[in-house]
Amino acid sequence: MQLVLEKRAERSNTIALISPLIAIGLTLVTMSILFAILGKNPISALGVYFIDPLTDSYSLQEIAVKATPLVMIAIGLSLCYLANAWNIGAEGQFLVGAVAGSWLAVKTQGTDAGPWVLPAMMLLAAIGGALYALIPAICKVRFGASEILTSLMLVYVADLLLDYLVRGPWRDPKGFNFPTTAEFDPVAAVPALIEGGRLHLGGVIALVVVAAVAVLLGKTIKGFEIRVVGAAPRAARFGGFNSNQLILLTFAISGALAGLAGIIEVAGPVGHLQPGISPGYGFTAIIVAFLGRLNPVGILIAGLFLALTFIGGEQAQIAMKIPLDVTKVFQGILLFYVLACDSLILYRFKLVFASPKVSSGAH
Amino acid sequence: MKKILIAATAAMLVTGAGLFGASAADKLKVGFIYIGPVGDLGWTYQHDLGRLAMLKELGDRVETTFLENVSEGPDSERSIEQLARAGNKLIFTTSFGYMEPTLKVAKKYPNVHFEHATGYKRDKNMSTYSGRFYEGRYIQGIIAAKMSKSGVLGYIASFPIPEVISGINATMLGAQTINPNIKVKIIWANTWFDPGKEADAAKALIDQGADIIMQHTDSPAAMQVAAERGKLAFGQDSEMIKFGPKAQLTSTMNNWGPYYIERVKAELNGTWKSEDFWGGLKSKIVVMAPYTNMPDDVKKLAMETEAAITEGKLQPFKCPIVGQDGKEVECKGGTHLDDGQVLGMNFYVKGIDEKIPGK
Repeated sequence: MQLVLEKRAERSNTIALISPLIAIGLTLVTMSILFAILGKNPISALGVYFIDPLTDSYSLQEIAVKATPLVMIAIGLSLCYLANAWNIGAEGQFLVGAVAGSWLAVKTQGTDAGPWVLPAMMLLAAIGGALYALIPAICKVRFGASEILTSLMLVYVADLLLDYLVRGPWRDPKGFNFPTTAEFDPVAAVPALIEGGRLHLGGVIALVVVAAVAVLLGKTIKGFEIRVVGAAPRAARFGGFNSNQLILLTFAISGALAGLAGIIEVAGPVGHLQPGISPGYGFTAIIVAFLGRLNPVGILIAGLFLALTFIGGEQAQIAMKIPLDVTKVFQGILLFYVLACDSLILYRFKLVFASPKVSSGAH
Repeated sequence: MKKILIAATAAMLVTGAGLFGASAADKLKVGFIYIGPVGDLGWTYQHDLGRLAMLKELGDRVETTFLENVSEGPDSERSIEQLARAGNKLIFTTSFGYMEPTLKVAKKYPNVHFEHATGYKRDKNMSTYSGRFYEGRYIQGIIAAKMSKSGVLGYIASFPIPEVISGINATMLGAQTINPNIKVKIIWANTWFDPGKEADAAKALIDQGADIIMQHTDSPAAMQVAAERGKLAFGQDSEMIKFGPKAQLTSTMNNWGPYYIERVKAELNGTWKSEDFWGGLKSKIVVMAPYTNMPDDVKKLAMETEAAITEGKLQPFKCPIVGQDGKEVECKGGTHLDDGQVLGMNFYVKGIDEKIPGK
């Protein structure tokens, strides 16, 4: 007897729509059981995770701040993935963008440069990220090198470049040798939206990006080409779409967005360039892109939801002394259920009984 | 399924509100931010032992909360602010990289007191505290020079910051009192905690002829490598003898308990002030693990040195101190380098052949 996955003849659109909700529901049930085993009241634990962060403006701001880089990177990645180009190196593009933008901040430090500094930093970051993303893309279209490997490996190169700069040439001369640049000047900092709050201009930029990409995908020919090249490469070839050009384009856009996210993070919440500016945003964004089903609005929601689990997890550590590991388990379970539910929309389980080949009268 | 969802959501809505602040409202809330997991057996573990020691003494009047594995990047400011918002009145942030975020949150919450470990920026409501770890290093240098057959010490360093540089210098100054020609090989791991990298560094150092391994990183990995290779080593931050019963000579342990007790008491009594605390063997913030795997005469010498430093009779950075360039370093503390010179140390003493990275 065997258990196999069998493709469904037709897929239900209703189920496809509510499948993420089913996944979240199953996650909540599983987590409740886990909380109960840990000796915590499941209802209050889930309340701390999901409801409390939504009840005050402080936590809502924090969710937005956390979601900003995730959404921006994931939006770019979704374009790549839709076009069947596998950019795994957004983390590196994020770092290179941060470095490229910070260059200007460091160079203009202490001078009375005007308010043009921040926009110029953002432009540099986007260009830096795009150029860095084009390396694996060009290797792919020119030499056929696997972009998955090359883009991933370039993450470590970017990491070491950043490390070198903040330990060497860009180190804060008054910083006792600690590996960080001096705090950026106010003209080089991303302004806060609310006085004294942490919500910053980056959140607005992320929303603009979501809207722009939604229009690109839904209303333009380029967007149509991207989707066709990914979904039906043969049809795209017959249609005369240049898939190599699209690989370069999607990589460049995704690198630019990751780079922009990088400088916004550095010039915003962090305030200076240092190692460890990204707790793995470039990789978490891959999860966000797929949780959001490669759809701009879906990605926005997925990014906010994942940010909610981070903030809620932290509040659970404080309020209920629930260990950090539980938050990680929680995120893992959520991803598992989302993928499982998605698979079961397209496939179903079937028990296959071994055919009665073993004859009974052999001896 | 839908029903379960609706029921769960409804239940959460009903009970979700008002969870904070219901319990133990009259106890002082004290918060801690940790860079690693509490089980790292090094830096964070020792801070957590300090927290527990404080709770043991003041637990009836104090309630603690900690956040572990808080990265030094963009997340730390939020984590610190979360603790402040949850009603913690005294918050210890226990890694250098939390300096700017702690300062930012301290400005926002003038009625909350903050204590930042190993930094140099202070404010009305933000103290700094650290240990004179170089005192232990000096003793280690003496032991190492006595025990080394090859005359080469292997040193796994983390980042070229003054705390680490002064540790390397103190080691060499101690070792040179025994063997003026002692050599040290240094590998920069560029991390505080990465067992794999630390183990690789230890192997490389042993392959280069070092027979004593010292470290300024936090995991016991180097100790395990030394034990496997039949070499000797010093523990770091905590007691690591169980990782090298035949290898550990001693360990410079960070003992934060007394400091945490004192500061929390001050907070309870309303006498807390912003300060810069830098304690060593005398204030028992730095404690030496038992001297093991060495002959009695070395043990005796180590204990005498420890006593002399504790009593203030011996200064590891006693003048004259000669730098790598052969020039004598200015002696600002009269008979020894002053605290500012040690806290900002950015030169190697004579006898070290390597260069400080990035210098």
